[in-house]
Amino acid sequence: MIKTNKKTQKNIILSLENVSISYGTFEAVRNVFCNFKKGNITSLIGPSGCGKSTVLRSLNRMNDLIPNCSLKGTVLFDGTNIYDKRVDPIEVRRRIGMVFQQPNPFPKSIYENIAFGARINGFAGDMDELVESSLRKAALWDECKDKLNDSGYSLSGGQQQRLCIARTIAIEPEIILMDEPCSALDPISTLKIEETMHELKKNYTIIIVTHNMQQALRVSDMTAFFNAIEYEDGDSGKVGYLAEFSSTKKIFNSPKEKTTQEYISGKFG
Amino acid sequence: MNSLYYQKRLSRNIGDKFFTSLSVICALIAILPLIFLVTYILIKGGSQITPELFTLEPNPPGDDLDAGGINPALIGTLIITTIASIIAIPVGVGGGIYLAEYSKGGAFSRFIRFGVNVLAGVPSIIAGVFIYALIVSTKILFGSMYSGLAGGMALSILMLPTVIKTTDEGLKLVPNELRYASLGVGASMYTTILKVTLPSAFRSIATGIVLGIARAAGETAPLIFTALFSYYYITGFGDLFYEMGSLAVLIYNFALEPYDAQNKLAWAASFILVLSILSVNIFSRILAAFTEKTKRV
Repeated sequence: MIKTNKKTQKNIILSLENVSISYGTFEAVRNVFCNFKKGNITSLIGPSGCGKSTVLRSLNRMNDLIPNCSLKGTVLFDGTNIYDKRVDPIEVRRRIGMVFQQPNPFPKSIYENIAFGARINGFAGDMDELVESSLRKAALWDECKDKLNDSGYSLSGGQQQRLCIARTIAIEPEIILMDEPCSALDPISTLKIEETMHELKKNYTIIIVTHNMQQALRVSDMTAFFNAIEYEDGDSGKVGYLAEFSSTKKIFNSPKEKTTQEYISGKFG
Repeated sequence: MNSLYYQKRLSRNIGDKFFTSLSVICALIAILPLIFLVTYILIKGGSQITPELFTLEPNPPGDDLDAGGINPALIGTLIITTIASIIAIPVGVGGGIYLAEYSKGGAFSRFIRFGVNVLAGVPSIIAGVFIYALIVSTKILFGSMYSGLAGGMALSILMLPTVIKTTDEGLKLVPNELRYASLGVGASMYTTILKVTLPSAFRSIATGIVLGIARAAGETAPLIFTALFSYYYITGFGDLFYEMGSLAVLIYNFALEPYDAQNKLAWAASFILVLSILSVNIFSRILAAFTEKTKRV
């Protein structure tokens, strides 16, 4: 197991320290140490069942919504352990936004989809301007500026996903988590989302789970490879762990671990 | 080698024909009571419908003259059902929200779900006796005994399970992604429920409420013990604390009278009651169909 360099870096925005996550008695992922750099796009890759989505959801406490899910260790964000008892998960989610696997716009108009989050977060500025700028950042403005009052569902799948990104941007989070945002989309929509991500990188830190290794290679600065193995003491099958964490270039060109090499060359997964 | 053509005489084909026709006959028999009942009431009651029916008080049986109208019973049914709705809808929707959104499937929520199912199966007369013992015989409502208020409470017990169940099930149909979306932009649980999940489930909940009302409006047994009956116009708010007429109890009282005039009045009341319950049911169907179409908009 590789532990990340613990040398303190100034621009670390989020760090996992010895994080293990379980669903009931089933341990999904064990002993993860990982530092996410500010302004980077970090991708989490690995075979199914290695716990990468679980780790992603733990970063803004979305795991709280899954019954029986428990986390050991610390997740430091902005110097605070977000799993501290005094922390309000709602506040965490306001500062760490999330885009889900399936596009999930609200059954409201395009305008309202974006205004909803901003309004409940006490946004007092010019709502029209916020809607426009969020849609522009998500590269959706030109396609929907004439139909802001149409239902969010009237958009295509790719557009809906960009609407979800715009909705997340509108609450001005510091980090955007993306859980396989393109897995339900066609290649052209995927490309658009990737372009959007490159734009977003200027202002936000992005952590993305992807099954598509080419996508990880195209968009990310850092890549974390998760794998799952059976532990001797475990009785519940495979447990995920962070196998290798390095710059994307290194992971894809000269991985240290044999399993990483095998995974990225398509030998398993 | 058997021929590939269909052979009537083959035992499997004869058996197949037999069971097909058997099930068709059973289905026809099953629908017959509804057809006969509705036609019979339409003919018997429909002929009694006059404008005076809706405006007059019923005359006491025995004077062998005109039986009068059903105005107090009609208004009484509306009032009692409204009281039942005022009690059952908030409690039922609130309980349904707890079950679907807040409970984590623990012992407490399982107990409530089980309890709701039991309550749905409680005979309506028991609900009447219960309210009789609790409210009527104790004169707890400002000293009044039989009252429209007590009748409404008895009916609310019958409405409650339907409302809780449809709210629970309607909310469970809302995809979890929608909840995550709302919570993911930093909405609290109650904002999510009020602004996102409840509006999405609104129509199926409304359908359940309408069905609950339709069930309650036709109940007789619980009202005999609680609202009793009244011949007189409902004139003001104070009448809530006195005996109140209703269509169902009017039918029960007058159908058994030996006088023809009263029997005819009972038929007319049946006609109105069946027609209104039928239309409420059809309304709920339309509402449900509307839900299907607009689910993803």
